[in-house]
Amino acid sequence: MQELRKRAGELLADGTVARVLAWRAGDLPYNPEPAFFETEAELEHLVYDGFCGANLSKLMIEASKLEGKTLVCLKPCDTYSFNQLVKEHRVDREKAYIIGVGCRGKLDIEKIRRQGIRGIEAVEGAELDGPEELTIRTFSGEKKCAYRDAMLERCHVCKGKEHMAYDELLGESRDTKDAERFAEVEAIERMPAKERFAYFQKELSKCIRCNACRNACPACSCRKCVFDSTKFDSEQKANVDSFEEKMFHIIRAFHVAGRCTDCGECSRVCPQGIPLHLFNRKFIKDINTFYGEYQAGTGSDEKAPLTNYTLEDAEPSVVRERG
Amino acid sequence: MSIANESFRPKIVAFCCNWCSYAGADLAGSSRLSYPADVKIIRVPCSCRVNPMFILRAFERGADGVILCGCHPGDCHYTTGNYYTRRRMTLLFSMLDFLGVENGRTRVEWVSAAEGVKFSATMNEFVETIRALGPNVRLGDLRCRS
Ligand code: SF4
Ligand code: SF4
Ligand code: SF4
Repeated sequence: MQELRKRAGELLADGTVARVLAWRAGDLPYNPEPAFFETEAELEHLVYDGFCGANLSKLMIEASKLEGKTLVCLKPCDTYSFNQLVKEHRVDREKAYIIGVGCRGKLDIEKIRRQGIRGIEAVEGAELDGPEELTIRTFSGEKKCAYRDAMLERCHVCKGKEHMAYDELLGESRDTKDAERFAEVEAIERMPAKERFAYFQKELSKCIRCNACRNACPACSCRKCVFDSTKFDSEQKANVDSFEEKMFHIIRAFHVAGRCTDCGECSRVCPQGIPLHLFNRKFIKDINTFYGEYQAGTGSDEKAPLTNYTLEDAEPSVVRERG
Repeated sequence: MSIANESFRPKIVAFCCNWCSYAGADLAGSSRLSYPADVKIIRVPCSCRVNPMFILRAFERGADGVILCGCHPGDCHYTTGNYYTRRRMTLLFSMLDFLGVENGRTRVEWVSAAEGVKFSATMNEFVETIRALGPNVRLGDLRCRS
């Protein structure tokens, strides 16, 4: 953190960048928030620890319109989103100075709470070079929790610690992958249709249509969004039937299909804990199966799968035939 | 509540592309081939005009089945429109299936302007399939859920 502040300060001072996009402490000890810093003095509020899950690449859309370069701190997975935004001409690569920050997995406060740890006052050991165990100060004394057990779902299936775009790198990463990316999707596919329906009904009926998943998603960057329109039955309102409940989620995932980098922001920000990544990953899995392996945001200029085709593509009836 | 299948008249929405399938439907008509009146045709300029949202909205508004017809691959009036349709619909149907919504209620068929017979046969068969599946009750009303 100290190193990052120092480097950011240098780049501000020598005029390489006009501002710094990073995180600063939030109102709780575990919710740092994205923030712009314009002077060296402000940089003392810059934080970077295990709770800095927020993907800053989407904020580069607005930053690209500003005068001068913006220093942006990106974790390995954030760089995929960044590349995708550059590919879609939403972000100007020339306007960004990327510090690829190291990552040893980001934390999910809910996972800590689920272990029965309540009344959290402070969390220690969340730094990038911190220990493998978190020390949590609560109303009722000190509690311990393994860092790994408090990690976000996405970090267990991390795409790797290599930055897909950067101007310089800072900080060591640690390997976090210990699960198969498509295992959850496959488990659901194996359920009978009725169970799948019941499962999604249970999950999706929790949705309060706050639209946080859309707002956080770096792939959701349209200026006008179908979910803000009153013309398509998809605006924010109470659901009438179980189909409407699903509609929002299908459309949200479909709109980013082929462009979603599987950054996991949607699941991370959902206040209701809905596993939204299941939708995106189902699309990714299908794309890989039907149209060949594709990972959005690697920086290649390959066409996105839904803006491409081959003469031999599978017919939609494969879904039925597959059973 | 159970509705006997014999009295059940499904609501079927058929999106037909202007250049092939709509003309195919026309040919079916002028050849006096019949297909059930339960099928409501919506003409679209190309099968790829059909946003996945149209299909979902049709269900949302109470359709029991939705079928999308376009020119055969390679014959699209706009050359490649139906190739995009093919990918989109494959993914959409797969997603509906993933969510446990019977995918027998959705279908894509390629019907050319010369295939009046195929059009009528496809529609007859699709209506039969939907009749057998019954009304789309799985997509139940939430307001009465206990
Ligand atoms: S997915 Fe990987 S790179 Fe992204 S926050 Fe988790 S561990 Fe870090
Ligand atoms: S963030 Fe969660 S609760 Fe909010 S709209 Fe998305 S799925 Fe629903
Ligand atoms: S849909 Fe979710 S995982 Fe995909 S890019 Fe958007 S926020 Fe990231």
